[in-house]
Amino acid sequence: MTTEPLPVPSAPTPSAPSADAVSGTPEILTGSGAILRSLKMLGVTDVFGLPGGAVIPLYDELMNQDDIRHILVRHEQGAGHAAEGYASSSNRVGVAIATSGPGATNLVTAIADAYMDSVPLLAITGQVFSTLMGTDAFQEADIVGITMPITKHSFLVKRPEDIPAAIASAFLICNTGRPGPVLVDITKDAQQMKAPFIWPPKLDLPGYRPITKAHGKQVQAAAALLAGAAKPVFYVGGGVIRAQASPELLELAELTGTPVVTTLMARGAFPDSHDQHLGMPGMHGTVAAVLALQESDLIIALGARFDDRVTGKASEFAPNATIVHVDVDPAEIGKIRAADVPIVGDAKDVIADLTVAYREAISTTTPDISEWWTYLKGLREKFPLGYSEPADGLLAPQYVIKRIGELTGPEGVYAAGVGQHQMWAAQFIKYERPNSWLNSGGAGTMGYSVPAAMGAKVAEPDRTVWSIDGDGCFQMTNQELATCTINNIPIKVAIINNSSLGMVRQWQSLFYDGRHSFTDLNTGHGTAMVPDFVKMADAYGALGIRVTRADQVDDAIKLALATNDRPVVIDFIVSRDAMVWPMVPQGVSNSFVQYAKDHAPTWEEE
Amino acid sequence: MSTHVLSLLVEDKPGLLTRVAGLFARRGFNIESLAVGHSEIPGLSRITILVDVEDAPLEQVTKQLNKLINVIKIVELDPSQSVQREHLLVKVRADNTTRSQVLEAVTLFRARVVDVSTDAVVIEVTGDSGKTQAFLRVLEPYGIKEIAQSGLLAIGRGSKSITERVFKN
Repeated sequence: MTTEPLPVPSAPTPSAPSADAVSGTPEILTGSGAILRSLKMLGVTDVFGLPGGAVIPLYDELMNQDDIRHILVRHEQGAGHAAEGYASSSNRVGVAIATSGPGATNLVTAIADAYMDSVPLLAITGQVFSTLMGTDAFQEADIVGITMPITKHSFLVKRPEDIPAAIASAFLICNTGRPGPVLVDITKDAQQMKAPFIWPPKLDLPGYRPITKAHGKQVQAAAALLAGAAKPVFYVGGGVIRAQASPELLELAELTGTPVVTTLMARGAFPDSHDQHLGMPGMHGTVAAVLALQESDLIIALGARFDDRVTGKASEFAPNATIVHVDVDPAEIGKIRAADVPIVGDAKDVIADLTVAYREAISTTTPDISEWWTYLKGLREKFPLGYSEPADGLLAPQYVIKRIGELTGPEGVYAAGVGQHQMWAAQFIKYERPNSWLNSGGAGTMGYSVPAAMGAKVAEPDRTVWSIDGDGCFQMTNQELATCTINNIPIKVAIINNSSLGMVRQWQSLFYDGRHSFTDLNTGHGTAMVPDFVKMADAYGALGIRVTRADQVDDAIKLALATNDRPVVIDFIVSRDAMVWPMVPQGVSNSFVQYAKDHAPTWEEE
Repeated sequence: MSTHVLSLLVEDKPGLLTRVAGLFARRGFNIESLAVGHSEIPGLSRITILVDVEDAPLEQVTKQLNKLINVIKIVELDPSQSVQREHLLVKVRADNTTRSQVLEAVTLFRARVVDVSTDAVVIEVTGDSGKTQAFLRVLEPYGIKEIAQSGLLAIGRGSKSITERVFKN
């Protein structure tokens, strides 16, 4: 066979060979030792986890080494999201460790989340003794089976000699091509038994051949279309961030003058301050971004997947647009919208190639998109992002979030939960660099924010890391504040406390006759305030601050920014009636984007 | 809907069949038949899948299958360019009064009797699904007691093999 042998990924700086490696006799390690040595050889420096019966051997070996920092979380879901935040903020693989059974199943939500958002997550789980597997042993769960639909791949390892290759393969798979979660399930006996540690291991992955370099003819076709288009737009998705292609994108955008929109997953891939940036498209996108896509004659999709939250009713999405679809995953191309020019490849390489091809293409034509820009700039001026002060006199959540962004600046990292506060954080914080915005885009996992912020702070300790969270989300994973306090991970949490499951409440207000069924959380203004988030912060050893008035907002944020010896939790008591605008109602064409309530054609149904 | 025959070259790894079958299920595709066995290369298996699906979703399922790490190659086999066979074992009531008629049908269909008892025979027949279905219709009146049917097996016509295409580029 002629399939090229896959290179074993290695640590960024080559580690010194061990004495045994020099002498040529492989060192004998326990399986647990082999797990840790393999991670070290792959350049892993931090892992998040929580021990249990089936990983005690691994945890015993953890005590014998200093190369890998282990952070003990309070819930395995926290380990999973922390590893995601670590990966998404730094482009390094995030590693989460859990025991068998419930430990492993607690990772499932984070694994599903990483799958939807293409996060390079390596999940290592302990499994019961191989001799007990299949007998319903204590804390046994078929985690490989459970996670099959939500992992890029998974391994079950029952022999210590198979561990280095499994870990190295998992690392390679999760971090190449389209990134994603890979699970390695290792039986307790494989962790205990000893075997020679051979590195690099031989990787046997004949079926894994990610395509990175695109077809030259297709790139030329795309460049020709771009040179001839009257209404082009770059539809930039999270793939551009994963491919670290922002510099290439900036060059291509400035060369071509093409309008740019960045999806929820791509916020920061292109500077918000750039004049060619129209903002976020989709259900809660800017009017200019939504209509730029909807009315364009050429959409160049870069690492984006035509998600329903972006397209609205897919059959009516951008009816006059020719589609150039660039993605590293061939299965994304044509999945939702047929591509006129499909380009399979890594965004970084493809964009660079496209830049070269475009230069050649404009030697024969002179593109003119000035009319298109006049129209789009008109939309941007007429419909800027904005909000109105709440009628109840309480704080506007948008103001709070805007000020956090302004006082912290673009070098900070912002991890949101899911819901209204997530949309406002995507809209009102100005992102200037990739990896500064972390959120659960595809899965929509409430509870992502606090542990993801924790992971980001571990990966990027010199950056200010904010968790922009909701009162509902915060109550799902706030136990990781204990992890932050104990391990000196001083994140800052802004609870946008509207006392409700706000996004559901917004839909109930708009589409269910204001019938607010079970969306009241009683955490905010005029309620019993259970729990009291300030007392809770205090109990966790964090600095707790409550803010109820606009004139307190800046002082609280500044105090949080100045406090770095412990986590900070600010309980911003905001109006519960604030809504996320603009909005394209679900299931209708994007042409029906509504700038604010009753500021668009009426909709028949949600 | 139209039926398509997919031939998959896969690594012989635990859970592989679950990965393939699960992918069809969660993407909403129905497997009509499935046949799994060793291929000519040690460590690699061949899966033949008959699926009832339109062209566009078929492309999507093929791409998704290609993403499975243990799947090495997928080929759709055109009926006119391939040999496609099913294998059927059928237990039919056959006593002294009907046995000769059943055996006549066996001869006509070039099937084979593989087991005989006083009131039944077990017959094996190989062919495309048209033939096996026709055979069953002929046997119906005598009383079919049990059927065991293989999934469709298929292989491309001519001298080239799929593995040659994969490994010799």
